[in-house]
Amino acid sequence: MKDAFGIPQSLLVLGGTSEIALATARRLVARRTRTVWLAGRPSPALDGAAEQLRGLGAEVRTVAFDALDPESHEAVLGKVFAEGDVDLVLLAFGILGDQAHDEREPLNAVRVAQTNYTGAVSAGLVSARALQAQGHGSLVVLSSVAGERARRANFIYGSSKAGLDAFAQGLGDALYGTGVHVMVVRPGFVRSRMTAGMDEAPLATTPEAVATAIELGLRRRSETVWVPGALRVVMSALRHLPRAVFRRLPV
Amino acid sequence: MSADTVPAAEEGPDTTWGPVTGWGRTAPTAARLIRPRTYQEAADAVRECGARGGIPRGLGRAYGDAAQNAGGAVLDMTGLDRIHAIDADNGTVLCDAGVSLHRLMEVLLPLGWFVPVTPGTRYVTVGGAIGADIHGKNHHVSGSFARHVPAFELLTADGRVRTVEQGTPLFDATAGGMGLTGVILTATVRLQPVRTSLMSVDTERATDLDDLMARLTATDHRYRYSVAWIDLLARGAATGRAVLTRGDHAPLDALPEGGRARRAPLAFRTSRLPAAPDLVPDGLLSRTTVGLFNELWYRRAPRRRTGQLQRISTFFHPLDGVPHWNRVYGRGGFVQYQFVVGHGREDALRRIVRRISEQRCPSFLAVLKRFGDADPGWLSFPVPGWTLALDIPAGLPGLGAFLDDLDEEVARAGGRVYLAKDSRLRPELLDAMYPRLDDFRALRAELDPRGVFVSDLARRLHL
Repeated sequence: MKDAFGIPQSLLVLGGTSEIALATARRLVARRTRTVWLAGRPSPALDGAAEQLRGLGAEVRTVAFDALDPESHEAVLGKVFAEGDVDLVLLAFGILGDQAHDEREPLNAVRVAQTNYTGAVSAGLVSARALQAQGHGSLVVLSSVAGERARRANFIYGSSKAGLDAFAQGLGDALYGTGVHVMVVRPGFVRSRMTAGMDEAPLATTPEAVATAIELGLRRRSETVWVPGALRVVMSALRHLPRAVFRRLPV
Repeated sequence: MSADTVPAAEEGPDTTWGPVTGWGRTAPTAARLIRPRTYQEAADAVRECGARGGIPRGLGRAYGDAAQNAGGAVLDMTGLDRIHAIDADNGTVLCDAGVSLHRLMEVLLPLGWFVPVTPGTRYVTVGGAIGADIHGKNHHVSGSFARHVPAFELLTADGRVRTVEQGTPLFDATAGGMGLTGVILTATVRLQPVRTSLMSVDTERATDLDDLMARLTATDHRYRYSVAWIDLLARGAATGRAVLTRGDHAPLDALPEGGRARRAPLAFRTSRLPAAPDLVPDGLLSRTTVGLFNELWYRRAPRRRTGQLQRISTFFHPLDGVPHWNRVYGRGGFVQYQFVVGHGREDALRRIVRRISEQRCPSFLAVLKRFGDADPGWLSFPVPGWTLALDIPAGLPGLGAFLDDLDEEVARAGGRVYLAKDSRLRPELLDAMYPRLDDFRALRAELDPRGVFVSDLARRLHL
């Protein structure tokens, strides 16, 4: 069960090697979280992440999960929920792709869309139904500012996150009053493996800062969390810029 | 978000589905809320409560998640509220578990009887009073509520109704057992005789914590009821400054001649202010506003006054005058922290009070009192010593970690926190705090092997 501050005792991470997810898991394990499921494609990185969290005192299990195989989601996640209540599901899988390359190779672009959007639709709905049956729990969805308005520089990734974001908002409304809380997290540019070597955008942040914002959002039962918070204002201004102006911005 | 519910079309009129919280309004979870009107309906509800079990609920005054059951059934017992028999000669009442202490006072005071123990609110049910084994300002004299209950009827997981008498293991597991042994259907309660419905109250100020503790230690035994309000925002030399309020039921001759009170000495009078609004901005109770309130509250209290006549509602239940007062903490809700440390561990109490003062917790409801003998309930809270209770807005940054530290201090001192108020304890500490927890678990395993009775509290703390 979550405590009065929204801190879960059990956590399921979808995308178990995500740096943001692991930073969040470390924070939560330092508080109340004792059981962690790391779901992802089997890899040394996944095992390493599990080992690291075990070192912090959590009981960690890994589970083979592939966002690109939605037909397996029901069975894979069903097993996790059958073992006991999951207080928090952190939907953290996603790929950035390579915009220039993906524009030339449509199948690569489709893979970005399928991972970030289609996979999340399936895993999100399966998780939501299980949480609803429990009568409690949070589903935290890692969206992105990139989904707020499509940019020339990464519209394939951005459009997949836009779809995910709209899906998660609607799911949150559908689950309102069921005891299940859906929180959409929109980080800006996060310094991580995913963005290594890229030029930093303004208001860049870190996985740790996103984790801190997630913990605060859980306490407040927020529906939307921007990281850093100033992005809420910046993006609401950018969203209303005329296209002709927006496309000329150096963003 | 409170216990507001959305009616489900396919269910009968007494079943709704929706989010439920405790009085602190934190951590809502959804459940099927069933309101039985007969014992048979209660038994049916227990039999049919499904894989996620059920838990009885009274008037929802437990601060945390004791009367929530995510995804399962919550049995609202307030529909079973009949008073069956009153023995006005010997002072006992036999009533349904869903009867509130407020109702008992309305009925019993004119007959010259008062409830044996009342907490800071009249809006708790008899079943809840036993389930949490509540204590009041008279614990040092009278012990906790279940001491005054010779017997009750308990609907257990197998569908049987058992008569449970004081002194038996099932009684001691149920007194303070947070509803996890079964559903109390009726109870017999021994009452306290009174000549009037007024209280004779002595008030005095204590300049700091040591002064307060000295005054309580020296004079507590002279009063049936005793409590101290502490200003936890006072710092430095004033740390722990307090207002002591002690008293007893006023005798008839204390009432002024010819006054209204003399003409109807046993009338039960209460007053109600408008309810707190549902939308209060978070952060209304900040350090500044609460600091101001505390300063005024302390200054307003007389340095010393004796024999002041007060209504029962004023003396025992000041907050009941403001319906839904829990809303003043805003949408984020609040946590109540209550712990006890034994006599001889005043050092721990001093450290904790100093730390709370330094942390600047905006708490305007901080209460210190001394407990008398421990009660027989296995999970009953009181042990002889000092108990401090305080309310804190849940949104205060860093509060979770801070209270975890206080728990460690309490546990090291051999103390414990109160389960009826808890919403955030680290489960690992529970065994040390409640040494009879294993007996409780063993009895539950035998009595309820399928785990029919379960609550969010039980899941969270592995009770």
